[in-house]
Amino acid sequence: MLGVFIAHLVFTLAMVGISTGLIAYLILLERKTASWIQDRIGPNRVGPQGLMQPLADGVKFILKEEFMPANADRFLFILAPIIIIAPALCGFAVIPWGGVIAKGTALPAWIPFIGGWAFPANFHVMVANPQIGVLFVIAMASLSVYGVVLAGWASGSKWSFLGGLRATAQMVSYEIPLFLSLISVAVVAGTLRLDPIVNDQAAYFSVFKFLPAWNIFVQPAAFLMFVACIFAESNRTPFDLAECEQELVGGYHTEYSSMKFALFFLAEYSAMITGSAVAVALFLGGWHLPYIDLILYHGAQPVAAGWLGALLKFVVFWGKVVAFLFFYMWVRWTLPRFRFDQLMNLAWRGMIPLSLGTFLESAAFVYLRRAGILENRWWLLLGNIFLLVAVAFLSQIIPGEPTNRRVPVPNSRYNPAKSPAPDMAVES
Amino acid sequence: MVNVLTTALATSHIEFYSGWALLGILFLIGLAFGIGNVVLSHTLGPARKGLVKDSTYESGVDPLGSTRERFNVRFYLVAMIFLVFDVEVLFIIPWLYVFNNQRHPWVVLPLGALFASILIFTLILLVAYVYAWGKGVFQWD
Repeated sequence: MLGVFIAHLVFTLAMVGISTGLIAYLILLERKTASWIQDRIGPNRVGPQGLMQPLADGVKFILKEEFMPANADRFLFILAPIIIIAPALCGFAVIPWGGVIAKGTALPAWIPFIGGWAFPANFHVMVANPQIGVLFVIAMASLSVYGVVLAGWASGSKWSFLGGLRATAQMVSYEIPLFLSLISVAVVAGTLRLDPIVNDQAAYFSVFKFLPAWNIFVQPAAFLMFVACIFAESNRTPFDLAECEQELVGGYHTEYSSMKFALFFLAEYSAMITGSAVAVALFLGGWHLPYIDLILYHGAQPVAAGWLGALLKFVVFWGKVVAFLFFYMWVRWTLPRFRFDQLMNLAWRGMIPLSLGTFLESAAFVYLRRAGILENRWWLLLGNIFLLVAVAFLSQIIPGEPTNRRVPVPNSRYNPAKSPAPDMAVES
Repeated sequence: MVNVLTTALATSHIEFYSGWALLGILFLIGLAFGIGNVVLSHTLGPARKGLVKDSTYESGVDPLGSTRERFNVRFYLVAMIFLVFDVEVLFIIPWLYVFNNQRHPWVVLPLGALFASILIFTLILLVAYVYAWGKGVFQWD
């Protein structure tokens, strides 16, 4: 059993290495994507095709001058970047990266000292598999609010303060639909662990056999809400109101420099990786390789496999994660950002009732399935589409507050006052 | 020593504790990463002080007044309504556990009653939601 623990520990360290390395290269990928979308060349000076750029960035961040404003709260100012990076690096712990390595799979004999050691039980290719996997993901995502609040408060700058307030309101608001959309998937799967949810998806539908039974096809409304929420939670465009340059300079990290600034940046990218991994595990089928598994295995991909099968699953999972990360960047360089009232309206008036609806729908489906009335998962899809249509319909019916109220201004070209009020200047 | 450790690990709830131990180790790695980077840039980077340099950035003018003053009351409203929703939503987790583990000896309610209970729970939440909407908590402009 000690061997299993050491195997988990080795896997943990490897995952830390892979994810931190990937974070560094994500920044390069982001800049390359931006340059590709904007039809320019992008970073290409450091190393071949700019591939050494992350290294240069890291060295530069470490050697830059560290700045702390005189009226900052010194302790909280230093604590904020540390408190934001630690949970961000923990988030990927409960992701099932590669299914299960079957019991009895042995290490190759040519490895010195440990060659020939075989797994005494089925080995889950993940850091840890607690019963509360989905809850753990939510908890780690919520903890990042603390870093933002502390940074905004401790800096002592007005821009940071406003940015911190905005970011807090935003992240807190989008946490509820995030939670509910994840729960509506977990209710159907009947567990909060992530690996059974992935195992459920490694199959095909019984009615439309060409579609893999991924949750994105079963619960598209929940998936849409989840995507919007992870964008908002990681403060990415179109939800990057916390750090919009035109209004707030840099937002909550205006006063940060050197490695402390970089830690905020790394935490954002780390949250992106975790968000993509959760999206892949819960909605996009995890390690399931559709259609090709029919050729390789003559059926759905088995859960437990040897080295090659586990490696294939690992590669497929990371492939999906990187594709989703590219989607993140694509959105960032395509969509403009929301206004703050639009952002809050979307969360409180749109997504929270809708997510409650999807949750209740999933619960009702599970109840009816246990009672033996409904069998097929397609009923969930029908319900989801019905909910989306209902919300779109209701949003037209429910009278909203008048937005963009126009204040008449004397001598304005666009909205002139009927008669120029002479005492207007005195009043204001 | 190794023998003692092995038997201790084998006899306890190995999966449970080793899983949480790994999560703890991962959290410590994250903390060490953060602290190490802050310390590294503190020791290696230059540091120069000055009256003007140490002031906060306010678009180039001298900072006016204190930063930590009163701010818009809507942010307090968001915080309070968030507390209501988040705490109530967290109650779904134990409900989910009971709903999924019908064979557990402590679960006495039949499935229909459990489903009815979550319906009533959501109804109460909806009443609070509609009340807050009517009171204008969700007005942002």
